[in-house]
Amino acid sequence: MKQNRFVRNILMGVENLLLHKLRSFLTMLGVVFGVGSVVAMLSVGEGASKEALEQIRKLGSNNIIISSIKSVEEESMSTTPAHMSVYGLTYQDHIRTAETFNTIRQTVPVKLMRKEGRLGTRALELRVVGTTSAWFDLVKRPVIAGRVLLSSDEKKQASVVILTEFGARKLLATQNTIGQFLRMGGDYFEIIGIVKSESGQAGNIQIPDQQVDAYIPINVARTYFGDVVTRITAGSREREMVELHQIIVQVDTQENVEPTAKGIEEMLKRFHKKKDYIVSVPLALLKQAEETKRIFNVVLGSIAGISLLVGGIGIMNIMLASVTERTREIGIRRAIGAKRKQIIIQFLIETVVLSTIGGLIGIGLGVLMPVLITYFAGMPTVITPGSIVLPLAISLGVGIVFGLYPAIRAAKVDPIVALRHE
Amino acid sequence: MSNQPVLNRNADIIQLENAQKVYQMGRQQVKALAGVTISFKRGSFWAIMGPSGSGKSTMMNILGCLDHLTAGRYILEGQDVSTVDDDSLSELRLRHLGFIFQSFNLIPQLTVQRNIELPLYYLGWDAARSAGRAMELALQVGLEDRLKHRPTELSGGQMQRVAIARALANDPQILFADEPTGNLDTATGEQILELLTALNSQGRTIIMVTHEPNIAAYAKQRLHMLDGLIDKIDGDGGEAE
Repeated sequence: MKQNRFVRNILMGVENLLLHKLRSFLTMLGVVFGVGSVVAMLSVGEGASKEALEQIRKLGSNNIIISSIKSVEEESMSTTPAHMSVYGLTYQDHIRTAETFNTIRQTVPVKLMRKEGRLGTRALELRVVGTTSAWFDLVKRPVIAGRVLLSSDEKKQASVVILTEFGARKLLATQNTIGQFLRMGGDYFEIIGIVKSESGQAGNIQIPDQQVDAYIPINVARTYFGDVVTRITAGSREREMVELHQIIVQVDTQENVEPTAKGIEEMLKRFHKKKDYIVSVPLALLKQAEETKRIFNVVLGSIAGISLLVGGIGIMNIMLASVTERTREIGIRRAIGAKRKQIIIQFLIETVVLSTIGGLIGIGLGVLMPVLITYFAGMPTVITPGSIVLPLAISLGVGIVFGLYPAIRAAKVDPIVALRHE
Repeated sequence: MSNQPVLNRNADIIQLENAQKVYQMGRQQVKALAGVTISFKRGSFWAIMGPSGSGKSTMMNILGCLDHLTAGRYILEGQDVSTVDDDSLSELRLRHLGFIFQSFNLIPQLTVQRNIELPLYYLGWDAARSAGRAMELALQVGLEDRLKHRPTELSGGQMQRVAIARALANDPQILFADEPTGNLDTATGEQILELLTALNSQGRTIIMVTHEPNIAAYAKQRLHMLDGLIDKIDGDGGEAE
């Protein structure tokens, strides 16, 4: 019975709105565009931040990345001829880090070099990554062919290399790659595996995996290529000695990430005279990126919210006019026995129906717009359930808030005066 | 209707005791009712007459539970309604009273059927039952073929008959008619008055406001008002001081 009454109230509201189709439609437009822009804005914001967040996630939320950097002092010295810059993380740092903290699950030393790789007649500038088998635990990539590094490769000092799919394609085209020998810096390495490549940048941390990577055991890298890198440019010769370029640390739980990072920082400070390392925490970056995204959403949302507000005011304006226009009707209904509450409900339902239908149309528009934005502007957009439910709830709220005042005005109409109203 | 109180059929349906209504017009106080005491018997047919400003409209608003008294008592069906709240007045109008107006006061955007069903909507009747009742009432006033029309498509007499059908939908004991023939030609007006007379003969109390003596002649009793007081009463059955 109650349910039936409610449904009939809504039907009556719809019926009344249909009497003035054009007016109802125009009234609705404000909410349509308001909700549409909220949905579109949220999806653009979501899309923009999603990529950044994904990149950071790739670094691993449990990981700490310690990288070597040239200290400011070294930077100024390096212009002196015949000077060799010695800086960065050492093998000793790696061992110390691994042995000092019990919150660390595993550590991966990384040594980076630029070498030309040659296979037959093809050549490609590779980023040679000297690392251990643990790398493939921390930076999980699907294996396309062969296998990844094993700890036995390190023990045997095996000259083996793992290529990425991209690098392998460039070098080998369609040939069967596994078991062939790749020449790097005068030495030959057996290709034992190919992994899927991914690339990207997250903030100031490079994704520890690039398209042109070639992975070799770290001790092999050290014995074959040494720690000194000589770079000859026009008119000068730069020599650098860096033992390790990165140490990737995996911590056991997320709560321990930041304390461990602080501990590592403290420890390294004791052994390094100059600040020639940087400790980055992807988790912190992730939190920062999420905060940025939140602010972004709030800003975009409030801009769109203003258009919703304008839409709501439009509805209120029309409803107030409608109340005046229908004063006589209100008087008749009151004389027949309608209570004030019932008049309020009648007018409120009309506004809510109007704003909700407007909201639904707006959501349709708001879902369509990001698709067009992605298609034409190439911007990534993501529509989450939240970015649909929230505007719908808001449009319902707009209907209630902006409908309440006109409805109360309607209910306050004195039936005696209203019946005489022309 | 089942939920109406069972009352002594001979009791007075309406009693006014020293009814006063004062309007504030700017700084001036206007006494629209200056202390009226009268009682109307169940099944009577009254005409309230008087020149404009005599208080006859105020009388009708008070009796029709559309307005509160400033002082005095109004007893409707044995219940003192002088001080009840707005919602209770609505409830009284909904369950016990029916209204017919000079300008018909139909809702233009609703069909004849919907107009007739309006009180039933507020009484909470379901759609099927309301439609049945609307048909029954339309037959009674001879408009069964006009149910789907809008009021604007009807003649004045037809509109007033729709208004009567609507006023009867809740089966009221008292029917108020405010200048029911004011906007109608003489012949049509007579038909409406005959309809009212027929309704009165079925036992319904009718209170009609008019300033035309020939219209008032249809009523069994006439109450003449002047300056917010009862001037005189003719006919039979009324008791006034």
